[in-house]
Amino acid sequence: MGALRGRCGTANPIRTLSKEQGMDAQKRLIAGKFVDALPQARALGLRLEDIGAGMAAISMPYDLRLVGDPETGVIHGGAVSTLMDTTCGAAVLSHPTAADGTATLDLRIDYMRPATPGQRIFARAECYHVTRTVAFVRAIAHDGDESRIVATATGAFTIERKEGPT
Amino acid sequence: MNGKTSGGKQRPEPVQVVKERRDTVLRALVGRVPYISFLGIDFDRRGDELTAILHFDDKLIGNPMLPALHGGVTAAFLEVTAIVELSWSLIWEDMENGLIDPVATTAPRLPKTIDFTVDYLRTGLPRDAYARARVNRSGRRYASVHVEAWQDNRSRLFAQATGHFLMPVGDSKAHE
Repeated sequence: MGALRGRCGTANPIRTLSKEQGMDAQKRLIAGKFVDALPQARALGLRLEDIGAGMAAISMPYDLRLVGDPETGVIHGGAVSTLMDTTCGAAVLSHPTAADGTATLDLRIDYMRPATPGQRIFARAECYHVTRTVAFVRAIAHDGDESRIVATATGAFTIERKEGPT
Repeated sequence: MNGKTSGGKQRPEPVQVVKERRDTVLRALVGRVPYISFLGIDFDRRGDELTAILHFDDKLIGNPMLPALHGGVTAAFLEVTAIVELSWSLIWEDMENGLIDPVATTAPRLPKTIDFTVDYLRTGLPRDAYARARVNRSGRRYASVHVEAWQDNRSRLFAQATGHFLMPVGDSKAHE
């Protein structure tokens, strides 16, 4: 395989940062730029909420353009998928294993209940197991109340590394 | 599919009437979902067969370095295709029997996604993508749908997915 199909290609901004800077504010700034660098993430207005070692939290504002059910005004599952995929990818890139890039191998989303129209959706992802080549990630999404989950995701992501010694 | 139905002594409808009705219902089905136009998806119809087309746009990029389609966009494209195909299959019979008013504001409710699993096979290239869905099982309450997506070659899929859906309540067939 070897083809990148998810997000960050050759330069992992989160990695650069975790090696060269330790400061939280800096970290957030650079990780925030990572989200801004993805055109689709920008189109959805995604916002980085938190980032840690192998963990990321990103939110998505309610937007009428993203409605999937015109009767209820509930956001389309596809937009939630993008939020989940981006958050999982950010979690992989922030893992201390320091991947140069990552791509989604597979992603499963379970929709527990519809997100409340008008509410921002918050996703949090963590790498629960990482090998040299694969990261296993899970994520949850809620719309303000963490005890009422809107969706969960589990996925396998590639760990891309540049050729030669790093 | 020649688009003609014959009911006993009745004359088959003119092909243009049949086509117009089907296309109008399809446009109404797709046009009511804002997210479908946000992504720039439309549908091509040949008889009852639908092909979804994701028109490439820079905002669909997830990886600016390559560039490649965002994995989430690919998932969304497949899910949209699955939902439209399933809805289309649910209204087909009523539509053919002239029981659906395409201009009615109370269109049939859409199925709800229970779960959706995407298998990413290749990089999504920065060009148009196509997808077709197959309803593997369509029960009273649940349905299972498989979707395949490709770009330049039909035989080289870049992603596929399977999803389970909750059928809309008060579906057309159950009540008038």
